[in-house]
Amino acid sequence: MAEALIEVAALEKVYGAGKSAVQALRGIDMTIRRGEFVAIMGPSGSGKSTLMNILGCLDQPTGGRYNLDGEDVSTLDVYDLADIRNAKIGFVFQSFNLLPRLSALKNVMLPMLYTWENKPNADEREARAIAALEAVGLGDRVDHRPNELSGGQQQRVAIARALVNRPPLILADEPTGNLDTQSGEEIMSVLHQLHAQGVTVLMVTHAHSLANHAERIIRLRDGVVQTNGDGKGDAL
Amino acid sequence: MSFWETLEVAWEGLTLNKFRSFLTALGVIIGVAAVIIMLAVSAGAEAAIAEQINALGANLILVGPRRGEPGAARNFVYEDAQAIAELVSGIVGVSAEEFSHQQVEGNLARLEDINILGVDTAFPLVRDYGVAQGRFFTAEEVERRLKVAVLGHGIAQDLFGAEDPVGQTLTIAATRFTIIGVMTEKGMVGDTDYDGRVYIPITVLFQYYARSQMGRDRIRTAYVKVENMEDLDRVIARITTVLAEKHGVNPARPDFTVQTQQEIISAQEATTETFRNLLAWVAGVSLIVGGIGIMNIMLVSVTERTREIGLRQALGANPDDVRRQFLLEAVILSLTGGVLGALLGVGGAELMNTLGTIRTALVPASIPLAFGAAAAVGIFFGYYPANQAAQLDPIEALQRA
Repeated sequence: MAEALIEVAALEKVYGAGKSAVQALRGIDMTIRRGEFVAIMGPSGSGKSTLMNILGCLDQPTGGRYNLDGEDVSTLDVYDLADIRNAKIGFVFQSFNLLPRLSALKNVMLPMLYTWENKPNADEREARAIAALEAVGLGDRVDHRPNELSGGQQQRVAIARALVNRPPLILADEPTGNLDTQSGEEIMSVLHQLHAQGVTVLMVTHAHSLANHAERIIRLRDGVVQTNGDGKGDAL
Repeated sequence: MSFWETLEVAWEGLTLNKFRSFLTALGVIIGVAAVIIMLAVSAGAEAAIAEQINALGANLILVGPRRGEPGAARNFVYEDAQAIAELVSGIVGVSAEEFSHQQVEGNLARLEDINILGVDTAFPLVRDYGVAQGRFFTAEEVERRLKVAVLGHGIAQDLFGAEDPVGQTLTIAATRFTIIGVMTEKGMVGDTDYDGRVYIPITVLFQYYARSQMGRDRIRTAYVKVENMEDLDRVIARITTVLAEKHGVNPARPDFTVQTQQEIISAQEATTETFRNLLAWVAGVSLIVGGIGIMNIMLVSVTERTREIGLRQALGANPDDVRRQFLLEAVILSLTGGVLGALLGVGGAELMNTLGTIRTALVPASIPLAFGAAAAVGIFFGYYPANQAAQLDPIEALQRA
């Protein structure tokens, strides 16, 4: 069995304090191994967004422990978290979040601007961005701006951006939520390819049909893990 | 992120909305140009005063009626100047002066509103101003009130052209004068055009052009030239005593003033300094207003680009990266404004000088000063918005529409 990339133990998140405190996560335990393709599902209010933010190192838990790639990240400050996000996590958002004034190439190069350790030089950055765009099938669109690309193509640029720093983890938050069915299928097949190449993919979705692409589904309800298994055949 | 990468990102941010960036920089452009022009204007005024010092000489004492003192102007008369000349020792001479504006006519032209200066024989000696052609009038001519005139260099040309005016007739308000000389060329000193004046015996001026009141010949100024500068204080004290006694007033509260050239200049310089300080404040305030404009637009920009900031944070930008990006945007705005403002200020000051509207002298230090102030404004007013951007929570920022 592959070693764990993500290990979460007794993870808690409380918003606010005193009587108005809201407990979003009430003790989550889970492990995601390297190379897995996992979907996280749950109704709104289940805590899946909160969990995603913590797993993405955008937020800190108020209790419990989070190990990412062998490092305890639950106590790091904002500067260290920024470095962790840059090196270890590739984000794919529902709404793509490309900068409209920049070409596909420049958008993909963005994460490397914020790299401190082993920072690639300008030529290397461009070469890596082009390679990432080729990997998602957009080698012929490097100079296009987002508004010159279809929704599916824009999301593929975003995936290239997530890949370019070669992070061990891709975090995709409803990656097909803004796309038509066909483009959605394209994106899913790109994620499958990445998975096949050994990248760990963690996807948040509420769509059962998408979740079924994953090897394993983790369901959340009221801030705890409800089921953790292949999930196939579950009634929702 | 390296400095150059941050610079590139900041530049991209500014070019997003070029016209707005220009308008924002305009505040600084005007502020910097204002600082440079204001300083050039006051330096120009100071240069004019300095010229006046050189032209008149430091060993000159000015005696005149005290301004604002009731009856003082009536009490200061030609006899006072004569008394100083007789009773005060250690002086080269006393030049009593009074003027009137009249119409003059020569061979070539008739000119209106010409300054006719009544003086006596001490005038060329006391004022270091001699004749180029002919001669100046004599004590006898002054005493006998002979209608003789000496022309300024410029007015001689206006009235007679290339002809020699000496011996010709000059008509001053229907009275005919014989021209006996032409002064050397002296030009403008302060706001007095020496070359455009006509000089006649002060006694003749009293008789024809000045309304003497109750038989007393009022004068506006008596210039006293001292022999030795070391004697200056003693001569001033002596003049005060002589005139106080003559006027029957307390020497501690005289109805006249005895001032050195230096005192008058200091007073003028104090005025220019006040003027300059005022202008500097106005210019400084306009720079601050420019800075507030930058802060305002940067705050708008941070709000508009919240989502972009959230994305950059998700991709690994730490608070310092974000802060530097927005701070650099503000500094680029203010420095670009500084460069354009400096060009506008230098150009404006030169243009004013060329057109002759206002005399200006560029103060070289004002350019780095204004530039430094622009940079400081950018950093000072850019810091708050940049810090707001740096402290955004990435989760909230990403959720912003």
